[in-house]
Amino acid sequence: MSVNRRQFLKRAGALTALGLGGSFVLTGIRGKIADAASQTPSYQKQKQGLVAKHWAMVVDMSKFKTEEDIERVIQSCDTIHNIPDFGNKKDEIKWIWKDDFEHTFTESKNEYLTENFKELPFMIMCNHCENPPCVKACPTGATFKRADDGIVMMDYHRCIGCRFCMGACPFGARSFNYRDPKPHIKTINPDFPTRTIGVVEKCTFCVERLEKGLKPACVEASKGGLIFGDLDDTNSEVRKIISSKFTIRRKSELGTQPSVYYLVGGEESV
Amino acid sequence: MHKGGRIIASLIIFVGLFTIPFFYNMGKANAGPEIDAQQLANFQSIEPSINMVANHPQLFNQWRNQFVQNGQTVYVNSEGKSIDISLEKLAGDSSNQFCVSCHNYTAVKPTCWDCHSGPEGARK
Amino acid sequence: MFEKALTGSKRYWAWIFFLLAVIALGVMAYLRQFNEGLGLTGMSRDVSWGLYIAQFTFLVGVAASAVMLVTPYYLHDFKRFGKLVILGEFLAIAAVIMCILFIFVDVGQPMRILNVLLYPQLHSVMFYDMCVLAGYLVINLVVGWTTLGAEKKGTPPPKWVKPIIYLSIPWAFSIHTVTAFLYAGLPGRFFWMTAIMAARFLASAFAAGPALLILLALLVRKLSKFDPDPGIGAIQSLVKIIRYAMIANVFFYICEVFTAFYSNSPDEMAPFKYVFFGLDGHTSLVPFMWTAAVLAIVGIALLIFPTRENKVLLPIALLSIFLANWIDKGIVLIIAGFVPNSFERVTEYFPSGNEISIVVGIYAIGALIITVLYKIAISVREQNQI
Repeated sequence: MSVNRRQFLKRAGALTALGLGGSFVLTGIRGKIADAASQTPSYQKQKQGLVAKHWAMVVDMSKFKTEEDIERVIQSCDTIHNIPDFGNKKDEIKWIWKDDFEHTFTESKNEYLTENFKELPFMIMCNHCENPPCVKACPTGATFKRADDGIVMMDYHRCIGCRFCMGACPFGARSFNYRDPKPHIKTINPDFPTRTIGVVEKCTFCVERLEKGLKPACVEASKGGLIFGDLDDTNSEVRKIISSKFTIRRKSELGTQPSVYYLVGGEESV
Repeated sequence: MHKGGRIIASLIIFVGLFTIPFFYNMGKANAGPEIDAQQLANFQSIEPSINMVANHPQLFNQWRNQFVQNGQTVYVNSEGKSIDISLEKLAGDSSNQFCVSCHNYTAVKPTCWDCHSGPEGARK
Repeated sequence: MFEKALTGSKRYWAWIFFLLAVIALGVMAYLRQFNEGLGLTGMSRDVSWGLYIAQFTFLVGVAASAVMLVTPYYLHDFKRFGKLVILGEFLAIAAVIMCILFIFVDVGQPMRILNVLLYPQLHSVMFYDMCVLAGYLVINLVVGWTTLGAEKKGTPPPKWVKPIIYLSIPWAFSIHTVTAFLYAGLPGRFFWMTAIMAARFLASAFAAGPALLILLALLVRKLSKFDPDPGIGAIQSLVKIIRYAMIANVFFYICEVFTAFYSNSPDEMAPFKYVFFGLDGHTSLVPFMWTAAVLAIVGIALLIFPTRENKVLLPIALLSIFLANWIDKGIVLIIAGFVPNSFERVTEYFPSGNEISIVVGIYAIGALIITVLYKIAISVREQNQI
């Protein structure tokens, strides 16, 4: 063989260039086929979908009279979103859950509160902050803020599972799939994807329901305890409550601007 | 040739090792995927302007990004037909083994069905 | 030059094979984790980072510390470090590779890790961290390899490396600063959200890194014919740097403790209470933290007094300083950042056996890289000495 190294490299280079060029030609042909069709494909939103500039939630705990009221709301989320139950706290995954006043509003407690008051339950979920630290932290854009309605969304396809967002979230709203969730889901809802091992997940304000024109599952199950609407719409119920009644937000001093407001001393004082 | 015998012997062993799969499968029937012509036509009609069999992964990737990142959940194809973007509906509609048998035949194992429900046998 | 790593004494090969065996155990542990998920570690919903990220943080410091040799030698023409500087650069290479491995084993979806480059997010500190770390690795590979190659031929290093060497100086500072920014910019993590985090990181790095380097240099002197400090005072000069860096580190720490406790801010105080005294009956880090405190003081004391010249006490002092920093940064800092959690509850973290095997495996990879690189450097030097 009389091919020296230089010649070999030249020929290999030429072949590679040809290969790449070839693929350009193919793309070109494909492009032509598309041109020949009557119109270029496009994407749309669902027509019946609910739209808002800034989705927000008001939690009126006075409407949650019994343990059952709370459980029903949590269950409504867990079942449709295929939330697994690992039976341990370490690997736990939760989108909406309850905690007591003392631990939910750590900065507002005082030592003279009665045990009853300290133990008042509160519903907790992702706050869909206007200024979300998790989004800032995410190195891949797998968690992002939707420009049109302010929902802090997760792309499970893109998440690399670095868990920087979990460190960044000051509300403990994020869960990580430490184990394969599927064997731990009681009954899988086939209409909603499960998650895969090694990604972070959280509440998404039920974007999959909003696009069908439905309110979030927890709101529907709460029978008025959770009020959901557009904070930018001056006529919406959430806006009216938030502007005229006393509501508090978790850790508002951190400046993340949570979109979940807690109505205290609602219709009946607690 | 210096040490020619050894080189030739090694070459024979090398070739032998690398052709094991061919000999192993020799004479066995190579059943193709069970593809229903109607199902294939339905699948192709999702986007008539491209070869769906060859290009559906790219299209579905685009769907996924539009759906999750931009909230655009309806695909209007080149013939103006609106299609709900949903892997569940897509696989459920056909309620068949079309996707599965073709993927199995070509040994392509997409991770889509790790999370999304698919036709029977898709999730392993 | 690589061929020099392929010939060695029986002892050399025994050590190499020992490391390979440890690495193999680590790889097996990682495969288990790859299949079953990070649930095999001690990490939880509340403490979502553990030993992996802590080692990463610590080792970025070790990598950055090469600058403590490069700056005096190349910028201030401090000739005494001439024989040490290559050891520093090669240590940095091993440390950066370990950092990258620790990140890799920590992510839940390692096959997707290139998403960081495919979808770069300019607002994420982690993106910048990845960039500066990769850059630092390349810089040190280029600088270390070309300067040693030139030395082998007995020629001065080529001119084009000079600018890269100068670039490595701010770059070293940047890798640890950006790593500190990973933590220092998170609202609600009061143990981390402090303006002097980057300064603390650099101070502790410039103490721990050179301490490790001197220990390695002493080993090299013992095991080979090459003496990195043939009575020219290189080690003692570096000891001065370590001493002041460690004093600065302790000073910064005291500043943190003062601010937390004098202001009486509960959020600021809670993690410090947890690490020094325990919180709500949870005390797992208390023995570590006090050990680190004692080691830091012992180390500084031994380096201040003439004991620093003592052949037996010097390694003890350096080991104390190295361990104090390793405990502070490689264990306590990351874990205590998650305690108490955002509900003021305490969840403790205990690494699992599998997790520790992976950590040991990665350190073995680092040791293997150092061994091979040092072997090459030593062989070139021994050859030149003859």
